[in-house]
Amino acid sequence: MNIAVAPIDHASVAAIPALRMALVGNPNSGKTALFNALTGARQKVANYAGVTVERKEGRLVTADGQAVVVVDLPGTYSLRARSPDEVVTRDAVLGRLAGETPPDVVICVADATNLRLVLRLALELRSVGRPVVLALNMIDIAERQGLAIDMEGLSRVLGMPVLGTVATRKRGVEALVEAARAAFASSVRGASDVWREPSAADLRALHHQAEQILKATVKPPKRPDTWTGRLDDVLLHPVAGLAILLVLLFVMFQAVFIGATPIMDLISSGFSALGAGVAQVLPPGLLKSLICDGVIAGVGSVVVFLPQIAILFLFIILLEDVGYMARAAFLMDRLMGSAGLHGRAFIPLLSSFACAIPGIMATRVIDQKRDRLTTIMVAPLMTCSARIPVYTLIISAFIPGRTVFGFISLQGLVFFGLYAAGIVSALLVAAVMRKLFWRGASEPFLMELPAYKVPDALNVARGVYQRAEIFLKRAGTIILSMMILVWFLASVPGPPAGAVGAAINYSFAGLIGHFIQPVMAPLGFSWQMAVALIPGMAAREVAVGALATVYAVSGEGTSTLGASLAHHWSLASALAFLAWYVFAPQCASTLAVVKRETNSWRWPIIMFSYMTALAYIAAFIVYQSAVALGAG
Amino acid sequence: MALGDQRRGFSGMVVGLRFDAPALSGGVSNQELERRLLEMGFVEGARVEIVHEGLIGRDPIAVRLDDMRVAMRRREARCVLTRPGQAE
Ligand SMILES: Nc1nc2c(ncn2[C@@H]2O[C@H](COP(=O)(O)OP(=O)(O)O)[C@@H](O)[C@H]2O)c(=O)[nH]1
Repeated sequence: MNIAVAPIDHASVAAIPALRMALVGNPNSGKTALFNALTGARQKVANYAGVTVERKEGRLVTADGQAVVVVDLPGTYSLRARSPDEVVTRDAVLGRLAGETPPDVVICVADATNLRLVLRLALELRSVGRPVVLALNMIDIAERQGLAIDMEGLSRVLGMPVLGTVATRKRGVEALVEAARAAFASSVRGASDVWREPSAADLRALHHQAEQILKATVKPPKRPDTWTGRLDDVLLHPVAGLAILLVLLFVMFQAVFIGATPIMDLISSGFSALGAGVAQVLPPGLLKSLICDGVIAGVGSVVVFLPQIAILFLFIILLEDVGYMARAAFLMDRLMGSAGLHGRAFIPLLSSFACAIPGIMATRVIDQKRDRLTTIMVAPLMTCSARIPVYTLIISAFIPGRTVFGFISLQGLVFFGLYAAGIVSALLVAAVMRKLFWRGASEPFLMELPAYKVPDALNVARGVYQRAEIFLKRAGTIILSMMILVWFLASVPGPPAGAVGAAINYSFAGLIGHFIQPVMAPLGFSWQMAVALIPGMAAREVAVGALATVYAVSGEGTSTLGASLAHHWSLASALAFLAWYVFAPQCASTLAVVKRETNSWRWPIIMFSYMTALAYIAAFIVYQSAVALGAG
Repeated sequence: MALGDQRRGFSGMVVGLRFDAPALSGGVSNQELERRLLEMGFVEGARVEIVHEGLIGRDPIAVRLDDMRVAMRRREARCVLTRPGQAE
């Protein structure tokens, strides 16, 4: 148990044990907003031990000094768990979760305008034997629609307190806490838990019971929401809807790639300045190299992606809160489904064009484990922006800048081809994975399309901030350690006195490069290329710097890197190098994040193996064909 | 008639769930799929209307189910038996 989240410094508080509240509710009921309204900034996002489900806990102290711990549980329609997220919700409510203190009070969060399904959940929660309070959230929308809810009647039939809340305006939040305290104080300790997994017949019976309650206590809205239907007529239109989705994506990518550039430049020059400043004060030697080349340059090369990641998540969270994300999944489901992917995989895969790390983090919107794993496994095949420097270097050095068919730039065509190769292979790998690992099984696609809502700026900002924080935390821990490892390989041992050539040649990376060169020879890779691949494991674009080091320092001197490569490599080798980069798992950070998100070494190892195999085969085919065609 | 075989504009009432094809969804058993459909509100007596269809093969479909909206593939919708017309 993790009580020391945000230490409360009121001396008086320590004496009274904290009241533990758990929030349970259907997806889109405003649970996150309510959690934010309750706990404000005093919250902590972590993972549950042993599973990859996000654990959100926050604290608050009431006016009279009672400490309250609030746990936000993953959204669910039933305690009958179907996904890892829902297993956590069920076990937390039932008090079966190892290492977690069971909640004292369960808050059932309901969207007041959509009560049918949540009433069944409330009935189910009641059978657990813990005090339950029903929060009718979004009561403002219900009022605007003229929906008449008899809260007293509802409270009587359900046998639990019922309160209206407006999470985004913090209305009714204090009353909710007081009701929870009162419910806990008056509850019978050790009430028996009679919950059991409902069968289909139980579900029908519960549903009918909920239906009766609904009929008796809720009068249909006088002014029902017509906006959602009208917007859907356009946004879900088979042609117009897809066109709007494409425009949205276009805007999103413009923002990610163009909008983020100034801040990215700022960050990267900041890190260079920091590196240069530190280099001034440190004596030359291994320590200086570790701090400057390993830590500062290494972490800097990942942190530059922060603005892109923040902008991406701003779009993702905004679209999610508006209610559009489910529509995007609807529109893309058929296309994605043909490759065995879920409609919801669309946005994570799209994010991977910026960087696979936020893409993999965004797969949390996919609630089915298999679909999520497949998406994670193919995300790195999407051409991330770190490949762009490598592609640009090789293409401009080897592909002539002429036009084909009169107007298409040949260089642009090759660039496009590399992107297309990534997308096509991702779809193929997803299809193969489904056959291989899941024996063709696919999860049903059944998803609520929530009513459209005006998003709340503060909630969106908090969401973006939390994603950025998670990313930075990773950059500071796993990614940092990977960077240090890669630096170590590339710098140790140092060159002997009076050595000629680049220092990297004498390091472990150099040794490995020379060692694997015979294996890489069928791909047309020289030992210099093989050596450059090792530091490129830190981040793909680092390979550009590594190539510069290997060649520039090994003698030839003044020519630019591109010209130097054109001098040393054959066209066939260059094309093979590009093919290698389409597939190769040249990014330790991605592997580390996959390990984190899947909570096992199994998936990063599978990812590394399959991507390396694909890279080898692709580079082999490209090199051998190019040589056969006379480009050797 | 199965909801999954209807066109956009169809409106009717759920009369039952049927699972005759073996393991329709591959990944989950028929019992599991039945419970998921029930949890989403596809219970006998519920009002359904197909409001949108996807571009390719008119799949998936968006369904108005009582007072909420649900997106689903036709494959799953074929398990939902309906009777056309404005019931009650
Ligand atoms: N008008 C109104 N909007 C709300 C309320 N609570 C949440 N929302 C909005 O509903 C949307 C979904 O809320 P969220 O907390 O993300 O739902 P969750 O999926 O249950 O976590 C967001 O756009 C919120 O801003 C409320 O009480 N009133």
